[in-house]
Amino acid sequence: MIELPLSQDRRLKVDEFDSGKMLANAAQQAKQRGYDQFPIVDVDSHHYELESFNEILEYMPDPVLKQLAQMANAGNSKGVGVMPGGVGYQDMGGRVTRYPLRRIEKPEPGVHRDVSLTRRWMDAMGVDIAVLFPSPMLQLGLHPQVEAEVALAWAYNRWLAERVLAVEPRIRSMIYLPFNDPDESLKMVKAFAGKKGVSGFMVTSVRYRPVHHNSYMKIYAAIEELGLPLAFHAGYNWNEQSMAMMNKFISVHAIGFVFYNMVHMTNWVLNAIPERFPKLRTIWIESGLAWLPFMIQRLDNEYLMRSSECPGLKKLPGEYITDMFYTSQPMEIPRDTSLLEATFKCIKAESQLLYSSDYPHWDFDLPSTIYDLPFLKETARRSILGGNAVKLFNLDIGAKKLAKVA
Amino acid sequence: MAEVFVAKVAEFPDGERRFVKHGPHDIGVFHWEGQFFAYSNICLHQGGPACEGLIMHQVEDVIGADKTWQGQKFSDTQVNFVCPWHGYEYDLRTGECAADRRLRLKKYNVVLRGGDVYVVA
Repeated sequence: MIELPLSQDRRLKVDEFDSGKMLANAAQQAKQRGYDQFPIVDVDSHHYELESFNEILEYMPDPVLKQLAQMANAGNSKGVGVMPGGVGYQDMGGRVTRYPLRRIEKPEPGVHRDVSLTRRWMDAMGVDIAVLFPSPMLQLGLHPQVEAEVALAWAYNRWLAERVLAVEPRIRSMIYLPFNDPDESLKMVKAFAGKKGVSGFMVTSVRYRPVHHNSYMKIYAAIEELGLPLAFHAGYNWNEQSMAMMNKFISVHAIGFVFYNMVHMTNWVLNAIPERFPKLRTIWIESGLAWLPFMIQRLDNEYLMRSSECPGLKKLPGEYITDMFYTSQPMEIPRDTSLLEATFKCIKAESQLLYSSDYPHWDFDLPSTIYDLPFLKETARRSILGGNAVKLFNLDIGAKKLAKVA
Repeated sequence: MAEVFVAKVAEFPDGERRFVKHGPHDIGVFHWEGQFFAYSNICLHQGGPACEGLIMHQVEDVIGADKTWQGQKFSDTQVNFVCPWHGYEYDLRTGECAADRRLRLKKYNVVLRGGDVYVVA
């Protein structure tokens, strides 16, 4: 049982929580729309890795950091002391009830909590394969100790590979790279390539090293040679100097989740990384879609006047941008749907867009956000919801359905 | 149109809610400060169970006579129910979305008869 504090000093007692029941309407949507007829791949979903932090810390390679982290996690601080974190109100004062209530949600007996709870929401939504990412560790690029980012990344990735990915083939991940240490990132690529459930590599965007730095070229070369994609996962940082002027979480979230990917994409394209690694496929995750027409227009316009600064480019910046892949969430739904339709056309969504839910985070998107778009034909819906990801990740499910659609 | 039984008034305390389904209708019924209100339980946003979330008073800014921001408070009068999926807030007395009153949940009439509560669906 849990008691939630509400407005006007009221309290609400809740005895149980089951995300499958909470998502009953999603299951209904899956049935109504015939999601049993085609595969759905969710390219950005999450779990709360700190719920398994004791297990993860068992995989820490550095014995001193491991002891420090274990002691911090055993105390009242619950992880504070080793994990960078900050102010944030994802749950909106508990209004998004799965945040406070997940602590009383029970997994299936004998099944790892992360596997059980992930399968539960996947089945409700009709998702066959989910690419799973951490939550608090999205901030790990801000860790003031580079060696701590490295150690936690090794621990998390080893734990994820052994305890989750090896157990449930419907769950995959793109391995977290400790990008503040390029040598360790390269070791990470080599160590995890080919492991079960590894569908690529992921850089958390909230960090302060430019992606065009020469020290990263060996990493890009290695990932390109493997034929796996590289993803940049957006995030926010309220301590960023410009973000610190904002007084509301909505402001920092709305701008922050786009800001870092804008910076990295600008560096990526204008330094001609796509020309240097033409077979390296990149995915930009969790920045929505509205930023892309802006980036394309802005960079193309300035490039035509200042091309001498970017001699490595062989086509317009926007043409590189539309060769890349994007996850859909949080997909902006404008009042004027023609804006969204124009965005889809602009980014070649039919082949480059990958459905993502971001579940269980507060602004998750159901498959119906794509399926119900009036300007998409059935083939485009199915490509975005699953077909594009099946090709990109070379998934062996073909047209098979793995989710238990009611 | 049918009158669908919800609950006996005596077994439906103020501050609580009940849910009924009738054909395609999925309805949340609220008993709040002596009145009954009934709305579609399908959120206008992504179809979440709009009526099943927290009941929260509207948050209001406190602006001073000199237009300076003095803080925030919970409204003494307006109360909303919140879709638990994404936080869309609906005015409990009207079914209008608190953030954009052009959006409104389907409202059902509530009938009290013989100590029973019914909705017309």
